[in-house]
Amino acid sequence: MRDSLAIAAYAFPVGLVYGLATLQAHFSALDVIVACFVVLGGGAQFAAAGMVKDGAPWVAIAGVTLLINARHLLYSAAIAPYTSERPLRERAFMAHFLMDESFALSLAHFRRIGGFDRRAYWIAVLAVLIPWPLGSITGYLAAGSVDIGRLGLDVAFPAAMAALSLGMVSGRRDVAAVGGAVIVALGAGLVGGASVGLVAGAVLGPVFGLMVRPSDHDQSNEPERAEPAAEAGLP
Amino acid sequence: MNIALGLIPLSLLMWAVTYPSRALPMLAPGIERLPNWAISYLRLAGPAALAALAATGCLLTSDSPPHLQLGAVPIAVAVCVLITWKTRQLLLGVGAAVILVAVARAAGAA
Repeated sequence: MRDSLAIAAYAFPVGLVYGLATLQAHFSALDVIVACFVVLGGGAQFAAAGMVKDGAPWVAIAGVTLLINARHLLYSAAIAPYTSERPLRERAFMAHFLMDESFALSLAHFRRIGGFDRRAYWIAVLAVLIPWPLGSITGYLAAGSVDIGRLGLDVAFPAAMAALSLGMVSGRRDVAAVGGAVIVALGAGLVGGASVGLVAGAVLGPVFGLMVRPSDHDQSNEPERAEPAAEAGLP
Repeated sequence: MNIALGLIPLSLLMWAVTYPSRALPMLAPGIERLPNWAISYLRLAGPAALAALAATGCLLTSDSPPHLQLGAVPIAVAVCVLITWKTRQLLLGVGAAVILVAVARAAGAA
Protein backbone atom coordinates (compact mmCIF):
# COMPACT_ATOMS: atom_id res chain seq x y z
CA MET A 1 0.00 0.00 0.00
CA ARG A 2 2.82 2.40 0.87
CA ASP A 3 4.51 1.71 -2.48
CA SER A 4 1.21 2.34 -4.26
CA LEU A 5 0.88 5.73 -2.57
CA ALA A 6 4.38 6.62 -3.75
CA ILE A 7 3.38 5.73 -7.31
CA ALA A 8 0.21 7.78 -7.03
CA ALA A 9 2.21 10.75 -5.76
CA TYR A 10 4.27 10.96 -8.93
CA ALA A 11 1.55 9.94 -11.41
CA PHE A 12 -0.36 13.16 -10.77
CA PRO A 13 2.45 15.63 -11.61
CA VAL A 14 3.49 13.59 -14.66
CA GLY A 15 -0.16 13.75 -15.70
CA LEU A 16 0.07 17.54 -15.47
CA VAL A 17 2.86 17.49 -18.05
CA TYR A 18 0.86 15.14 -20.28
CA GLY A 19 -2.18 17.43 -20.05
CA LEU A 20 -0.03 20.28 -21.26
CA ALA A 21 1.27 18.20 -24.19
CA THR A 22 -2.26 17.28 -25.25
CA LEU A 23 -3.34 20.92 -25.22
CA GLN A 24 -0.51 21.75 -27.60
CA ALA A 25 -1.73 18.92 -29.85
CA HIS A 26 -5.31 20.33 -29.80
CA PHE A 27 -6.89 17.40 -27.98
CA SER A 28 -10.32 18.04 -26.49
CA ALA A 29 -10.81 17.44 -22.77
CA LEU A 30 -12.78 14.30 -23.63
CA ASP A 31 -9.92 13.05 -25.84
CA VAL A 32 -7.54 13.43 -22.90
CA ILE A 33 -9.75 11.52 -20.49
CA VAL A 34 -10.50 8.74 -22.97
CA ALA A 35 -6.81 8.35 -23.81
CA CYS A 36 -5.93 8.04 -20.13
CA PHE A 37 -8.44 5.25 -19.53
CA VAL A 38 -8.30 3.46 -22.89
CA VAL A 39 -4.61 3.61 -23.79
CA LEU A 40 -3.32 3.73 -20.22
CA GLY A 41 0.33 3.96 -21.20
CA GLY A 42 2.22 7.15 -20.41
CA GLY A 43 5.04 6.81 -22.94
CA ALA A 44 2.74 5.94 -25.82
CA GLN A 45 0.30 8.68 -24.86
CA PHE A 46 3.07 11.28 -24.77
CA ALA A 47 4.33 10.01 -28.13
CA ALA A 48 0.88 10.17 -29.68
CA ALA A 49 0.36 13.73 -28.45
CA GLY A 50 3.59 14.82 -30.11
CA MET A 51 2.79 13.01 -33.34
CA VAL A 52 -0.73 14.40 -33.52
CA LYS A 53 0.72 17.87 -33.05
CA ASP A 54 3.07 17.23 -35.99
CA GLY A 55 0.21 15.92 -38.14
CA ALA A 56 1.55 12.36 -38.33
CA PRO A 57 -0.72 9.73 -39.93
CA TRP A 58 -2.57 7.54 -37.46
CA VAL A 59 -0.95 4.41 -38.85
CA ALA A 60 2.46 5.82 -37.86
CA ILE A 61 1.12 6.61 -34.38
CA ALA A 62 -0.19 3.05 -34.10
CA GLY A 63 3.21 1.68 -35.17
CA VAL A 64 5.07 3.73 -32.59
CA THR A 65 2.52 2.76 -29.93
CA LEU A 66 3.06 -0.89 -30.80
CA LEU A 67 6.81 -0.48 -30.37
CA ILE A 68 6.66 1.50 -27.15
CA ASN A 69 4.14 -0.84 -25.55
CA ALA A 70 5.67 -4.08 -26.80
CA ARG A 71 7.41 -4.42 -23.44
CA HIS A 72 4.04 -5.34 -21.93
CA LEU A 73 4.44 -8.72 -23.59
CA LEU A 74 7.28 -9.37 -21.17
CA TYR A 75 5.31 -8.08 -18.18
CA SER A 76 2.33 -10.24 -19.04
CA ALA A 77 4.56 -13.29 -19.40
CA ALA A 78 6.02 -12.67 -15.95
CA ILE A 79 2.59 -12.23 -14.34
CA ALA A 80 1.04 -15.19 -16.16
CA PRO A 81 2.21 -17.95 -13.77
CA TYR A 82 0.45 -16.18 -10.89
CA THR A 83 -2.83 -15.63 -12.73
CA SER A 84 -3.12 -18.97 -14.52
CA GLU A 85 -5.77 -20.28 -12.09
CA ARG A 86 -8.02 -17.24 -12.52
CA PRO A 87 -11.02 -17.36 -14.88
CA LEU A 88 -10.30 -16.39 -18.48
CA ARG A 89 -12.66 -13.40 -18.34
CA GLU A 90 -10.96 -12.01 -15.25
CA ARG A 91 -7.51 -12.40 -16.83
CA ALA A 92 -8.70 -10.67 -20.00
CA PHE A 93 -9.99 -7.76 -17.93
CA MET A 94 -6.90 -7.58 -15.76
CA ALA A 95 -4.68 -7.47 -18.83
CA HIS A 96 -6.01 -4.08 -19.91
CA PHE A 97 -4.62 -2.56 -16.72
CA LEU A 98 -1.17 -4.13 -16.95
CA MET A 99 1.31 -1.25 -17.15
CA ASP A 100 4.75 -0.44 -15.79
CA GLU A 101 3.52 0.52 -12.35
CA SER A 102 0.90 -2.17 -11.75
CA PHE A 103 3.37 -4.77 -13.01
CA ALA A 104 6.23 -3.59 -10.80
CA LEU A 105 4.07 -3.37 -7.67
CA SER A 106 2.04 -6.54 -8.11
CA LEU A 107 4.86 -8.82 -9.24
CA ALA A 108 6.93 -7.81 -6.22
CA HIS A 109 3.94 -8.57 -3.98
CA PHE A 110 3.11 -11.90 -5.67
CA ARG A 111 6.70 -13.02 -5.26
CA ARG A 112 6.70 -11.97 -1.63
CA ILE A 113 3.56 -13.95 -0.77
CA GLY A 114 4.21 -16.73 -3.29
CA GLY A 115 0.88 -16.41 -5.09
CA PHE A 116 -1.82 -14.24 -6.62
CA ASP A 117 -3.55 -11.47 -4.62
CA ARG A 118 -6.44 -9.84 -6.46
CA ARG A 119 -6.85 -6.99 -3.98
CA ALA A 120 -3.16 -6.06 -4.25
CA TYR A 121 -3.33 -6.07 -8.05
CA TRP A 122 -6.24 -3.64 -8.14
CA ILE A 123 -4.70 -1.37 -5.52
CA ALA A 124 -1.61 -1.20 -7.75
CA VAL A 125 -3.81 -0.37 -10.73
CA LEU A 126 -5.75 2.34 -8.89
CA ALA A 127 -2.49 3.96 -7.81
CA VAL A 128 -2.21 5.11 -11.42
CA LEU A 129 -5.76 4.95 -12.71
CA ILE A 130 -6.94 7.74 -10.39
CA PRO A 131 -4.09 10.29 -10.33
CA TRP A 132 -3.04 9.88 -13.99
CA PRO A 133 -6.29 11.12 -15.61
CA LEU A 134 -6.82 13.60 -12.79
CA GLY A 135 -3.39 15.13 -13.27
CA SER A 136 -3.81 15.10 -17.05
CA ILE A 137 -7.08 16.96 -17.11
CA THR A 138 -5.84 19.42 -14.49
CA GLY A 139 -2.76 20.17 -16.61
CA TYR A 140 -4.91 20.47 -19.72
CA LEU A 141 -7.34 22.93 -18.16
CA ALA A 142 -4.68 24.98 -16.40
CA ALA A 143 -2.47 25.34 -19.46
CA GLY A 144 -5.40 26.47 -21.59
CA SER A 145 -5.39 29.90 -20.02
CA VAL A 146 -1.78 30.84 -20.79
CA ASP A 147 0.44 31.69 -23.79
CA ILE A 148 2.29 28.40 -24.27
CA GLY A 149 5.01 29.72 -26.58
CA ARG A 150 5.87 32.83 -24.58
CA LEU A 151 6.11 30.86 -21.35
CA GLY A 152 8.30 28.19 -22.94
CA LEU A 153 5.76 25.47 -22.22
CA ASP A 154 6.25 23.96 -25.68
CA VAL A 155 9.58 22.53 -24.53
CA ALA A 156 7.78 20.37 -21.95
CA PHE A 157 7.01 17.61 -24.42
CA PRO A 158 10.46 16.91 -25.92
CA ALA A 159 12.00 17.43 -22.48
CA ALA A 160 9.67 14.86 -20.93
CA MET A 161 10.33 12.40 -23.76
CA ALA A 162 14.10 12.74 -23.42
CA ALA A 163 13.96 12.28 -19.65
CA LEU A 164 11.64 9.27 -19.89
CA SER A 165 13.89 7.68 -22.49
CA LEU A 166 17.02 8.18 -20.43
CA GLY A 167 15.15 6.86 -17.40
CA MET A 168 14.84 3.54 -19.22
CA VAL A 169 18.57 3.27 -19.95
CA SER A 170 20.28 0.75 -17.75
CA GLY A 171 23.25 -0.59 -19.71
CA ARG A 172 25.45 -0.51 -22.77
CA ARG A 173 22.78 -1.94 -25.07
CA ASP A 174 20.24 0.70 -24.04
CA VAL A 175 22.79 3.46 -24.68
CA ALA A 176 23.49 2.05 -28.16
CA ALA A 177 19.78 1.71 -28.92
CA VAL A 178 19.01 5.26 -27.77
CA GLY A 179 22.04 6.73 -29.58
CA GLY A 180 21.23 4.80 -32.75
CA ALA A 181 17.60 5.89 -32.60
CA VAL A 182 18.59 9.56 -32.30
CA ILE A 183 21.03 9.40 -35.22
CA VAL A 184 18.61 7.52 -37.48
CA ALA A 185 15.68 9.74 -36.48
CA LEU A 186 17.57 12.93 -37.27
CA GLY A 187 19.02 11.60 -40.52
CA ALA A 188 15.72 10.24 -41.80
CA GLY A 189 13.83 13.22 -40.40
CA LEU A 190 15.94 15.71 -42.37
CA VAL A 191 15.09 13.83 -45.55
CA GLY A 192 11.51 12.70 -45.04
CA GLY A 193 10.14 14.81 -42.18
CA ALA A 194 9.77 14.32 -38.43
CA SER A 195 7.27 11.45 -38.62
CA VAL A 196 9.45 9.40 -40.97
CA GLY A 197 12.43 10.08 -38.75
CA LEU A 198 10.55 9.03 -35.64
CA VAL A 199 9.40 5.71 -37.06
CA ALA A 200 12.81 4.96 -38.60
CA GLY A 201 14.57 5.74 -35.33
CA ALA A 202 12.14 3.69 -33.27
CA VAL A 203 12.42 0.64 -35.55
CA LEU A 204 16.16 0.73 -36.23
CA GLY A 205 17.42 2.05 -32.87
CA PRO A 206 17.04 -1.32 -31.12
CA VAL A 207 19.10 -2.94 -33.90
CA PHE A 208 22.06 -0.80 -32.80
CA GLY A 209 21.52 -2.10 -29.27
CA LEU A 210 21.46 -5.71 -30.42
CA MET A 211 24.83 -5.26 -32.13
CA VAL A 212 26.47 -4.42 -28.80
CA ARG A 213 27.57 -7.02 -26.28
CA PRO A 214 25.39 -6.70 -23.13
CA SER A 215 26.97 -5.20 -20.02
CA ASP A 216 26.25 -6.32 -16.46
CA HIS A 217 23.64 -3.56 -16.15
CA ASP A 218 21.72 -4.48 -19.29
CA GLN A 219 18.22 -5.81 -18.64
CA SER A 220 17.45 -6.74 -22.22
CA ASN A 221 17.47 -10.43 -21.35
CA GLU A 222 15.56 -10.17 -18.08
CA PRO A 223 11.86 -10.27 -18.87
CA GLU A 224 10.76 -10.26 -15.23
CA ARG A 225 11.93 -6.74 -14.51
CA ALA A 226 9.92 -3.56 -14.94
CA GLU A 227 11.52 -0.77 -16.90
CA PRO A 228 14.03 1.04 -14.68
CA ALA A 229 11.98 4.15 -15.32
CA ALA A 230 9.00 2.63 -13.56
CA GLU A 231 11.09 1.48 -10.66
CA ALA A 232 12.60 4.93 -10.39
CA GLY A 233 9.27 6.67 -10.30
CA LEU A 234 8.67 7.53 -13.95
CA PRO A 235 5.67 6.35 -15.98
CA MET B 1 -12.40 12.25 -39.59
CA ASN B 2 -10.43 13.95 -36.85
CA ILE B 3 -12.86 16.86 -36.69
CA ALA B 4 -16.03 14.74 -36.58
CA LEU B 5 -14.90 12.12 -34.11
CA GLY B 6 -12.11 13.87 -32.27
CA LEU B 7 -9.20 11.70 -31.25
CA ILE B 8 -11.22 9.00 -29.53
CA PRO B 9 -10.86 6.57 -32.49
CA LEU B 10 -7.10 7.11 -32.27
CA SER B 11 -7.19 6.05 -28.62
CA LEU B 12 -9.12 2.94 -29.63
CA LEU B 13 -6.56 2.20 -32.34
CA MET B 14 -3.75 2.59 -29.81
CA TRP B 15 -5.60 0.26 -27.46
CA ALA B 16 -6.00 -2.28 -30.27
CA VAL B 17 -2.25 -2.45 -30.87
CA THR B 18 -1.43 -2.45 -27.16
CA TYR B 19 -3.90 -4.91 -25.69
CA PRO B 20 -2.55 -8.04 -27.42
CA SER B 21 0.89 -7.59 -25.87
CA ARG B 22 -0.72 -7.10 -22.47
CA ALA B 23 -3.08 -10.04 -22.76
CA LEU B 24 -1.63 -12.78 -24.93
CA PRO B 25 0.85 -14.30 -22.46
CA MET B 26 -1.78 -14.19 -19.70
CA LEU B 27 -4.46 -15.74 -21.88
CA ALA B 28 -2.33 -18.17 -23.88
CA PRO B 29 0.62 -19.25 -21.72
CA GLY B 30 3.65 -20.28 -23.74
CA ILE B 31 3.28 -17.66 -26.43
CA GLU B 32 5.90 -15.55 -24.67
CA ARG B 33 8.67 -18.04 -25.44
CA LEU B 34 10.28 -15.81 -28.00
CA PRO B 35 13.90 -16.10 -29.11
CA ASN B 36 16.34 -14.11 -26.98
CA TRP B 37 17.03 -11.57 -29.71
CA ALA B 38 13.31 -10.83 -30.02
CA ILE B 39 12.97 -10.31 -26.27
CA SER B 40 15.98 -8.01 -26.32
CA TYR B 41 14.57 -6.08 -29.28
CA LEU B 42 11.25 -5.59 -27.49
CA ARG B 43 12.96 -4.27 -24.39
CA LEU B 44 15.12 -1.87 -26.37
CA ALA B 45 12.22 -0.58 -28.49
CA GLY B 46 10.70 1.56 -25.71
CA PRO B 47 13.69 3.79 -24.94
CA ALA B 48 14.61 3.94 -28.64
CA ALA B 49 11.15 5.16 -29.64
CA LEU B 50 11.06 7.81 -26.91
CA ALA B 51 14.60 8.98 -27.78
CA ALA B 52 13.64 9.28 -31.45
CA LEU B 53 10.60 11.29 -30.42
CA ALA B 54 12.63 13.63 -28.23
CA ALA B 55 15.28 14.10 -30.94
CA THR B 56 12.80 14.97 -33.67
CA GLY B 57 10.86 17.18 -31.26
CA CYS B 58 13.75 19.34 -30.09
CA LEU B 59 16.37 19.16 -32.85
CA LEU B 60 14.26 19.42 -36.02
CA THR B 61 12.33 22.50 -37.12
CA SER B 62 8.66 22.07 -38.01
CA ASP B 63 8.98 23.56 -41.52
CA SER B 64 9.23 21.46 -44.67
CA PRO B 65 11.82 20.20 -45.31
CA PRO B 66 12.98 20.26 -41.68
CA HIS B 67 16.31 21.68 -40.60
CA LEU B 68 18.45 21.06 -37.57
CA GLN B 69 17.76 23.61 -34.84
CA LEU B 70 20.23 24.48 -32.13
CA GLY B 71 19.70 26.91 -29.30
CA ALA B 72 17.69 27.25 -26.14
CA VAL B 73 15.28 24.34 -26.72
CA PRO B 74 17.89 21.54 -27.07
CA ILE B 75 19.87 23.02 -24.18
CA ALA B 76 16.73 23.10 -22.03
CA VAL B 77 15.98 19.47 -22.93
CA ALA B 78 19.51 18.50 -21.89
CA VAL B 79 19.06 20.36 -18.61
CA CYS B 80 15.79 18.52 -18.03
CA VAL B 81 17.47 15.15 -18.62
CA LEU B 82 20.27 16.02 -16.21
CA ILE B 83 17.96 17.21 -13.44
CA THR B 84 15.57 14.28 -13.84
CA TRP B 85 18.46 11.84 -13.82
CA LYS B 86 19.88 13.40 -10.64
CA THR B 87 16.62 13.89 -8.73
CA ARG B 88 14.29 11.24 -10.28
CA GLN B 89 11.67 13.99 -10.46
CA LEU B 90 10.34 14.45 -13.98
CA LEU B 91 8.25 17.48 -13.07
CA LEU B 92 11.30 19.24 -11.62
CA GLY B 93 13.31 18.61 -14.79
CA VAL B 94 10.51 19.73 -17.09
CA GLY B 95 9.89 22.80 -14.93
CA ALA B 96 13.53 23.83 -15.19
CA ALA B 97 13.47 23.37 -18.99
CA VAL B 98 10.34 25.50 -19.30
CA ILE B 99 11.81 28.31 -17.19
CA LEU B 100 15.04 28.24 -19.17
CA VAL B 101 13.23 28.57 -22.51
CA ALA B 102 10.88 31.25 -21.17
CA VAL B 103 13.81 33.32 -19.90
CA ALA B 104 15.70 32.84 -23.18
CA ARG B 105 12.68 33.97 -25.19
CA ALA B 106 12.06 36.95 -22.93
CA ALA B 107 15.68 37.93 -23.49
CA GLY B 108 15.30 37.49 -27.24
CA ALA B 109 17.75 34.61 -27.34
CA ALA B 110 15.33 31.97 -28.66
